[in-house]
Amino acid sequence: MSAGAPTTVAAAPGGAVHGLLSRLDWRRDIIYVGFVVVFLVFAVLLGDQGFLSTTNLLNILRQSAIVTIMAVGMTFVIGCAEIDLSVGSIAGLTSITTAMAIASFGLVPGVVAGLAVGALVGAVNGALVAFVRIPSFLVTLAMLGIAAGVAQWVTDSAPQPILNSTFNTVFGSGSIGPIPGLVLWSGFAVALGAVVLRKAKFGRQVLATGANRTAAEYSGINTRAIKFKVMMLSAMAASVAGMLYAGRLHSGRFQWGAGDELNAIAAVILGGTALAGGRGSVVGTLFGALLMGLINNGLILAGLDSSQQQVIRGVIIVLAVALARNK
Amino acid sequence: MPAPTAVRMTGICKAFDGVTVLDDVDFEVEAAEVHALAGGNGAGKSTLMKILQGVYQRDAGRVELFGEPMSATTIQAARAAGIGMVFQEFSLISTLTVAQNIFLDDEPTRAGLIDDATMRTRSAELLARIGVEIDPGAEVGDLSTAQWQLTEIAKALRQDARVLIMDEPTASLAKHEVDALFELIARLKAQGIAVIYISHRMDEVYRIADRITILRNGRHLLTARLDEVTPQEIVAGIAGKELVEAGVRGPRAEVAEGPPLLEVQDVRAPGVDGATFEVRAGEVVGIAGLMGAGRTELARALFGVTRITGGGLRMHGAPVNLDSPADAIAAGIALIPEDRRLQGLVLDHSVRENLTLPVLDGMRRWGLLVADRIRATSDQLIERFHIAVARPDAPARLLSGGNQQKIVIAKWLGTDPEVLVMDEPTAGVDVGTKSEIVRIVRELARTGKGIVVISSEYPELIAMCDRFLIMRAGRIVDSVDADSIQTEVDLELAVQGLAA
Repeated sequence: MSAGAPTTVAAAPGGAVHGLLSRLDWRRDIIYVGFVVVFLVFAVLLGDQGFLSTTNLLNILRQSAIVTIMAVGMTFVIGCAEIDLSVGSIAGLTSITTAMAIASFGLVPGVVAGLAVGALVGAVNGALVAFVRIPSFLVTLAMLGIAAGVAQWVTDSAPQPILNSTFNTVFGSGSIGPIPGLVLWSGFAVALGAVVLRKAKFGRQVLATGANRTAAEYSGINTRAIKFKVMMLSAMAASVAGMLYAGRLHSGRFQWGAGDELNAIAAVILGGTALAGGRGSVVGTLFGALLMGLINNGLILAGLDSSQQQVIRGVIIVLAVALARNK
Repeated sequence: MPAPTAVRMTGICKAFDGVTVLDDVDFEVEAAEVHALAGGNGAGKSTLMKILQGVYQRDAGRVELFGEPMSATTIQAARAAGIGMVFQEFSLISTLTVAQNIFLDDEPTRAGLIDDATMRTRSAELLARIGVEIDPGAEVGDLSTAQWQLTEIAKALRQDARVLIMDEPTASLAKHEVDALFELIARLKAQGIAVIYISHRMDEVYRIADRITILRNGRHLLTARLDEVTPQEIVAGIAGKELVEAGVRGPRAEVAEGPPLLEVQDVRAPGVDGATFEVRAGEVVGIAGLMGAGRTELARALFGVTRITGGGLRMHGAPVNLDSPADAIAAGIALIPEDRRLQGLVLDHSVRENLTLPVLDGMRRWGLLVADRIRATSDQLIERFHIAVARPDAPARLLSGGNQQKIVIAKWLGTDPEVLVMDEPTAGVDVGTKSEIVRIVRELARTGKGIVVISSEYPELIAMCDRFLIMRAGRIVDSVDADSIQTEVDLELAVQGLAA
């Protein structure tokens, strides 16, 4: 970065741009820069394919919504220097549990049963991580298989239809005015998560524990309880996500949510949360999820097939994280 | 009626696994007093302080705080009772701001949410009260060591600490930062706070403390006003009777004539501010200094771990450039690092694998590792260094600290280095292994190696070395011949700069 760097670029025309750039905290803000850049590129290239239409933009929001909700929970987990690989399977297990409970007992028991799945799996994950001290990577890797396996087993791989239209409307299929219900759900999750992480004592304790567990302990924080709670929180968020899959698709199925854990983790990391813990932003996570939704949407409009999309998405993730590491 | 004594600990006993660490220790600190606590390694200073902080529970004895009996069983309870601690291994979260750290886990809230504005204002007030200029909104990770430490003090005081424990607070501070810290301590004292000041630096103790208590081997040795004791008495008190008899020393090796093996010229590196010395073949050079003097930093620079930013190194008179440990090994320099568990050994690998790790190139045939060669080489090293190992194929984790240390030494000697830099080679090993290591070092010197030993354990240092370099604030300030260092007291006085 020395002054005499032999670049071919002529001196920048305005100092103002430099001033603005130097005020940016790359590690924290790269996601917003990336989001704006990708958005502008697509707007220019794909404007006439309907990229900028309200319908398409709402579509992007809707398609990112469920992963966003999982990613909000994941922000706490990663901020606390843990990981949760089981969220996708928890969503699938929740969807079939809710569907079967609604069929047998009705609406409210169905929702309670769905949340109970999250609470149970979260308690098991949390206890194993916080009290038995097994690394969360292993605990949740095991849970990923267990939850998905149970869901497939009890349903014999068959989808479980949901005929309760109230449930379907509330959880994902309905909308208020032009705004899809899913977007409202994710907006609510992001707002709640952002306030708790930034403004509540719990959020501070989570980041302190993630940054330096010993120092947090010496500051009077019960770090085991914190680790337990973040695993619980993540599983609960995943079970809400599972019910949204169920409501939107009018059925429960073991495959709903499969693979979402990786998208959720990518959204969190893109959003500027440190994989090593201690630093995190829920709003950043939202933009991380939106950026991925944006890329998927744009690549589809551009006519790329899903294999090409995967390659480009991978490149963008690596690029964003590499840029965020500089400085 | 005078104010009650701030801290009164009487008859404190503590044992770990049947080993007595504190034996009937009394310790008193008055309010508005700076009380120095001194003692050698294992004297029981930190155990005593951890009992006061509620980290350990005493086996017997009483603790009174301002006349009230105290029985805190947790850090939080001790803190609530008014005990503040400035941790040596800092307790701050580097990703949070100064204000967030000061109020960590006790944040002011409004309507259930953290009130950042109040927190910042109150932090600013607190920092102003103790006369510290730090932006409460700055992230702690961006602060200098000194600011970090001052934040740590502010954090301790925020909970209305009436007793403040400071463990080696100046170890990593520069001169002017020490001055600022001492002004702060004086202000705290004026506010009636009792300060317990743990330090090995006699000049600082004399500058700041009113009284000193010395512990030795888990017992209370003396408490005195500092105007009533001399530094020599204190040093002798800390060192105790474990003086090294001149006769214990190994015979001096013949130092080779001709150019020195290793020449270090005005080397600068992070933490090292100009070090000049030379090591001849067959010579053992000891580097002594207080914590934070830059000894470990020098060792790391000599091994190419940290980049040398100024000055130069010569081996056999030819300049060498060290950009990595690989360069150092190629130049014939080996390092026995300070933290053997972290830097010296792969604990889960077998003893054989550890011993042959630096010499794997010689263990191959047609590009593949040959078990026979590994076995032969490792057996040879195990025998040469008398490593007590029942199963050489078992993980190194299972061995005692002393045997692990011997493996680290043996491992590097497998590369046949000419210069061996040893950082705290006898730390945490049993007495038998210590004398064994002393013997090995003398033996290596006799075979013509040049050896640089860094150690805080003076008896071993005195037993090993032909010459002592005194390091202070990143510089080598003195070179003393072994002839003029007969006892630990002599060495300690040289380190403190008090030699007559």
